Amino acid sequence: MITTSLYFIVFGAAIGSRIQEVGGVSYGAFIVPGLIMLNLLTNSISNASFGIYFPKFVGTVYELLSAPVSTFEVVLGYVGAAATKSIMLGFIILATAALFIDLQIAHPIIMLAFIVLTALSFSLLGFILGIWADNFEKLSVVPMLVITPLVFLGGSFYSTEMLPPFWQTVSLMNPVLYLVSGLRWSFYEIAEVNVWVSLGSVLMFLLICFGIVVWMFKTGYKLRS
Amino acid sequence: MNAVDEPILRVSNLSKTYAGGFEALKDISLEIQKGEIIALLGPNGAGKTTLISAICGIVRPSSGQVTVAGFDIARDYRKTRALIGLVPQELTTDSFESVYNTVAFSRGLFGRAPNHAHLEKVLKDLSLWDKKDNKIITLSGGMKRRVLIAKALAHEPRVLFLDEPTAGVDVSLRKDMWKIVKELRESGVTIILTTHYIEEAEEIADRVGVINNGEIILIESKTALMQKLGKKQLILDLSESLSALPAAINRHDLAISDDGMKLTYTFDTQSERTGITALLDDLKAADIQFRDLNTTQSSLEEIFVNLVDESSERNSAAVNGAAAE
Repeated sequence: MITTSLYFIVFGAAIGSRIQEVGGVSYGAFIVPGLIMLNLLTNSISNASFGIYFPKFVGTVYELLSAPVSTFEVVLGYVGAAATKSIMLGFIILATAALFIDLQIAHPIIMLAFIVLTALSFSLLGFILGIWADNFEKLSVVPMLVITPLVFLGGSFYSTEMLPPFWQTVSLMNPVLYLVSGLRWSFYEIAEVNVWVSLGSVLMFLLICFGIVVWMFKTGYKLRS
Repeated sequence: MNAVDEPILRVSNLSKTYAGGFEALKDISLEIQKGEIIALLGPNGAGKTTLISAICGIVRPSSGQVTVAGFDIARDYRKTRALIGLVPQELTTDSFESVYNTVAFSRGLFGRAPNHAHLEKVLKDLSLWDKKDNKIITLSGGMKRRVLIAKALAHEPRVLFLDEPTAGVDVSLRKDMWKIVKELRESGVTIILTTHYIEEAEEIADRVGVINNGEIILIESKTALMQKLGKKQLILDLSESLSALPAAINRHDLAISDDGMKLTYTFDTQSERTGITALLDDLKAADIQFRDLNTTQSSLEEIFVNLVDESSERNSAAVNGAAAE
């Protein structure tokens, strides 16, 4: 909440006052969906990856592996917990934003769908990373070197329409753009890509991550030798 | 076979080869009856923990089958795992959870409804009750070991695995633990423990299994094992010193002490004739007087060391033989 407030003070009030409206929306309001997405992605990944990495690291995972629970239940527990925390955080950011700007949400159901699906997919990704990582460096390499740059370059704090055509095309290869664009559409009905394409990509990402998790448990990858 | 005869644990032809090609378990078969206490002995890296981990679901067996109370550990994993409690070798606990919460969590994780009275009993038996609200990180190593035991007992398992439970613990915990083990056995719980402390196996186990290089060298009742493999020694305290063994008694397997005051006769308790009478007759004929005599029997530790040495020699001979071919 403190970080979010700082974002609003710096981007919304200090810099935002000097930036003209983007797509008919004030800059402070424009960055809300991007800010939510940034926090959803980074928190989902870190919650879930630390959640499963730590029991592996300290050895308490023995209890989970010897417990009468199915793979699905384990994933549901870890990913569900990580996603729930991220979703709650998303709503806290939303509430904090409402203190600073006049919020409008055009399609609350679509917004909810984006928040829930993103939290779930990236918690699954975090879970995968937590199982894959066998040291702390590996645990932080993907969030630091891949996710954070993608989020910042995915139109969280700007519209890709502000970029030269070449970089606009490059941006379309950034998967995070689809998430930010979709969530922003649910707020203000402005989007870089069609909302259904965005929703479809989140769903596809969710399925891919789920498939990887199923494969990991089937083969015992880095969990059961 | 009816349910009464069904062993609580049956391991059939269990093998485990790790990805690197290391064969941790080689065609292990064993049956354990309900209510037994089995001690698994073996040097480090013999395969004891891998065997336990395979039965508990932590390690995937490469081949073979394991049933617990008649249920297959792969097909009916929910049933088998709910019956098993495991105290791991390493001190692996959560750090920031309270003792009571972590034990209550274990009970829930293993599918049992909350039962405060049971948890209270377990924690009191392990002298943990006054620490129930403490965070685990604040506990000493011995106390953490107690927490691990409490977690394993939280869901009232019917089969309890104790993987080197007394490694690095003080006398009082050992005593508490063996008291609990005896109580559990009385309530019908089967206990399988691995240990390096052979006196523990000697004191508590009904049967002893010896594992080396991923193979069970033997599994026998403790008394039968000691009788079968135990050598006895008859020690004679002589009235007068002997400088050397007289020819008249030389045919016996005798050893003389440096001061010439003690004769030690080693004999096999299983053989039909121990040779004691003949020795005493010969001593009388040679006019060798003795003041006292006593017998000693080899401990389980000596038996164990001999077995492991023999098995290692056999393995290295086999390897050398294969290399020579």
